[in-house]
Amino acid sequence: MKYHRWFTPWVLIIPALAWLLVFNLWPSINTVILSFTNARPIGGGTFVGLKNFETLLHDEQLRYALLNSVIYMVVCLPFLTIFPLLLAVLVEKKLPGITFFRTAFYTPVVASAVVVALIWQWILDDRGLVNGLAEKLGVISGPLPFLSDQWLLLLSAISLTIWKGLGYYMIIYLAALGNVGRELHEAAAVDGASAFRRFVNVTIPGVRGTMVLISILISVSALRVFSELFILSGGKGGPGGRDNSVVMLIQQYSQGFEGNLGYASALSIVLFFVTVVPMLVLARLNRKGVEA
Amino acid sequence: MSIVTDPARPVEVPVEPGTAKPRRRGSFGFNSISPTEKVVRYLLLVFVLLITIGPFLWQLSTSLKGSGEDIYTRIPRLLPSQPTLSHYGEVADTIPVWDYMKNSLLVAVLVVGGNIVGSSLAGFALSRLQFRFRRIVLGLFLATLVLPGEVTIISQYVTVRELGLANTLFGVALPGMIGALNVLLMFNAFRSLPIEVDQAAVVDGANVWQRFVYIGLPSVRGTISVVAIFAFIGAWDDFLWPLIVLTDPDKYTLTVGLQYLSGTFSNNPRLIAAGTMIAFIPIVIVFAVCQRFFFKGVEEGAVKG
Repeated sequence: MKYHRWFTPWVLIIPALAWLLVFNLWPSINTVILSFTNARPIGGGTFVGLKNFETLLHDEQLRYALLNSVIYMVVCLPFLTIFPLLLAVLVEKKLPGITFFRTAFYTPVVASAVVVALIWQWILDDRGLVNGLAEKLGVISGPLPFLSDQWLLLLSAISLTIWKGLGYYMIIYLAALGNVGRELHEAAAVDGASAFRRFVNVTIPGVRGTMVLISILISVSALRVFSELFILSGGKGGPGGRDNSVVMLIQQYSQGFEGNLGYASALSIVLFFVTVVPMLVLARLNRKGVEA
Repeated sequence: MSIVTDPARPVEVPVEPGTAKPRRRGSFGFNSISPTEKVVRYLLLVFVLLITIGPFLWQLSTSLKGSGEDIYTRIPRLLPSQPTLSHYGEVADTIPVWDYMKNSLLVAVLVVGGNIVGSSLAGFALSRLQFRFRRIVLGLFLATLVLPGEVTIISQYVTVRELGLANTLFGVALPGMIGALNVLLMFNAFRSLPIEVDQAAVVDGANVWQRFVYIGLPSVRGTISVVAIFAFIGAWDDFLWPLIVLTDPDKYTLTVGLQYLSGTFSNNPRLIAAGTMIAFIPIVIVFAVCQRFFFKGVEEGAVKG
């Protein structure tokens, strides 16, 4: 049954479809094309064959960036899959004032990464809150170089990402918890299962699918990190540029007279494959788990 | 304070004070909480609150501390002893922060408007009208979700540049004006309305436009507000894309301007703190006003799964 002329749906879809084609599909194709050129930020560019990809292989900066990305992902994964679930269980019960707490816990998500990174920059400053307190308590004798040491800087950015992500994943878990059968909890409680046992044996299996989804989201966003590292390192990528992420390298090559959009596109292709891998691995693990 | 009630679950009966219910030890009814558990829960809630909100309060406090006040004291003090708003004025003297705010607002409004119109039209057509290639179009929208935005950001810049929009605010807003995810969200929202309603309207002689305006839109208001809130927050907070598109300091958005401020005047933390608060406070107000719709939208989405 049709109640409209054939072109009516297309009239409604055209804007969205045009955007999809011009700003999603065409750029994905163009990224591949550009990666074989030496296009400049101002314009122009000629075909250079596989030169960009050869450069990639010997790019020490990229090696550091990839290492940083893997560390970022590996550290973020456990913290951001577990803590937000615990938070969701905490705010699930409708105690008086719970809306206030839910909103407050979500605030770091709403704030711009630039804003929170600047706040952390001040807190982690040599003379900032953390170093001041630690010195006062006598834990350390001199200030810890949170923002100038290669590894401490990376760790600071990771903890910032974890802190900022808590509320985001909490909300996703909260939505999933609503679908876990109340009866299961009640039955388990009647059988004398402790709160901890119920969490392990009822809640976790109930949100298993969401957990896999969240792990994928965490991995992909950890590999895409930009603002946190950029701001905390003052845009320089740490000592000797060893705290760059792949996206930071892409941004660096996108600008100025030294800019090279061709090489930036080749880096983008690396980024694509790097982000697809965890998606495939986790999706596969999930399927196996379901079959088992 | 309004408490969001979840339609999926029965409303919990509040335990009235003074009416102690007889209960067996060690097992509690599911709709009530033991007093001990309540205290523990609130303690944990306050602890997490300190972790999540503390840094913002510290920044606010720094921005209000007078220039003569020692902000590096080893015993940190949250309340300023010489509170002043002068740093906010100083920020405006150093960088055109109010222009930056106007720029951010312009971009955000364009993105919100584009997404509401574009994604609700497309979502309606995809979910409630039959036509050839419908599934293929839907698949295209789904496929783009796999692609992280940063992967195409360089060639997106090339596209915007070729449109002659490099270094313009319109160029910053344009690519985000219809997001594939928002189209899918609207698609999902429209789909949950029974198709029989449309068929009845057709019998009554309603055309597609009337069905969209009088039947479709009123039933997806929740999702539209979620789309609008996220589009606003996303555009206001975005950093990488405006950083790539804009080269002229006059055209910076707030986030790029803040980075500029911190790079140039990093010697005075009070000034940077004031700048971050100028960027942070509006978005918090927007979210605080809209959080009702937001949490409701989240729960609706969950129920329909």
